[in-house]
Amino acid sequence: MENSKLMDQEEHQQEETNLLTRRYFLEIVGGGAIGVAAVGSMVLTAQFLSPNVLLEPSLKFKAGSVENFPPASVTLNKEQKVFIVRAREGYFYALSAVCPHLGCIANWKGEEGIIACPCHGSKFDQEGRVLGGPAPRSLVRFSLLLDEQKQLIVDKGLVVGEDVILKV
Amino acid sequence: MRTFFEQLFRSQVWRSVFRHGLPESNRTRAEAIFFNFFLHVHPTKVRKRSVRFNYTWGLGGLSFGLFIILTVTGALLMLYYRPSAPQAYWDMKDLQFVVSSGQFLRNMHRWAAHAMVAVVFLHMLRVFYTGSYRPPKEFNWVIGVVLLVATILLSYTGYLLPWDQLAFWGISVGTNMARAMPFGIGEKISFLLLGGNIVGENALVRFYVLHCFILPVAAMVLMGIHFWRVRKDGGV
Repeated sequence: MENSKLMDQEEHQQEETNLLTRRYFLEIVGGGAIGVAAVGSMVLTAQFLSPNVLLEPSLKFKAGSVENFPPASVTLNKEQKVFIVRAREGYFYALSAVCPHLGCIANWKGEEGIIACPCHGSKFDQEGRVLGGPAPRSLVRFSLLLDEQKQLIVDKGLVVGEDVILKV
Repeated sequence: MRTFFEQLFRSQVWRSVFRHGLPESNRTRAEAIFFNFFLHVHPTKVRKRSVRFNYTWGLGGLSFGLFIILTVTGALLMLYYRPSAPQAYWDMKDLQFVVSSGQFLRNMHRWAAHAMVAVVFLHMLRVFYTGSYRPPKEFNWVIGVVLLVATILLSYTGYLLPWDQLAFWGISVGTNMARAMPFGIGEKISFLLLGGNIVGENALVRFYVLHCFILPVAAMVLMGIHFWRVRKDGGV
């Protein structure tokens, strides 16, 4: 009798001082479990949304043999969205034809000697440098190599500096 | 005829659906509103000013009407449209030239979509000019802005589905705009939207799911809250 009275008092004190009650403990455990499950499923969903395997066309392609590109020419490969530029006899480089503004395909204007984007009027010189319009950057220059069969190989996954050229 | 209706109104079936009496007294007239799922959100009283047609121009109601048209025509178009490349383009052409009333439904969907963007925008202007964004309706203005964005996103995601040149370049330019966001966030968002690095099959399926399920459901939930709040604040 005396003992249980004491316990009652103790319990009362516990609640007053906000110590760990059974209800609070179960709320923490239950709420924590739901929280962990919620965060976990959000992480899993975020991972799910980002594909791991992509069936996209290869970034490396054969542009053709050296003889296909006469000296002082800019040739657009429309399918690959790349300009093969042969500025002089043995002086090659590959420029992206994707406008750095909003991703349209730019064209070579032979009579004016510039590269121009039809969407919003950006203009570039033969080296890909911006001459005017909304484009924020120059056209990207891609790695250009020669394989054993004298074929030009462009790697769109490999961006090179603006002074890198292929000497043939 | 009269006895037919009297019998109908007294029948078990009728009375199980409409559990109040005929709207003959003030009480049953009120009950006709309160006990009806579609009407129960109406406020108990409305200011005379706010029922005047040239106060609201019915623009919110028109937007909702257009949404209904878009849902019905969209559901019908889904029966013939397969979101895969290049099949999507041929299905769209089939809808135009082979399917009975296909051209009509497609055009209805297209014009209603254009109209909805315009009407929702005009609705926003009206709310602005009548000062209806002021307390206590500030939060409903915010929901309205989210609904405007949802409308524009619905329009944008639908733009890719015909899988023609216009669609392809429209989505190329749009996702490149997202790419302009700094710290690599833009690239990530563009990658997730397209499900890859190019506007291809993955992008088509993602835009299809967004257009036909995720965005409409989100818009419907928001519309429910929007209408409920309008009415609780004494609007129509």
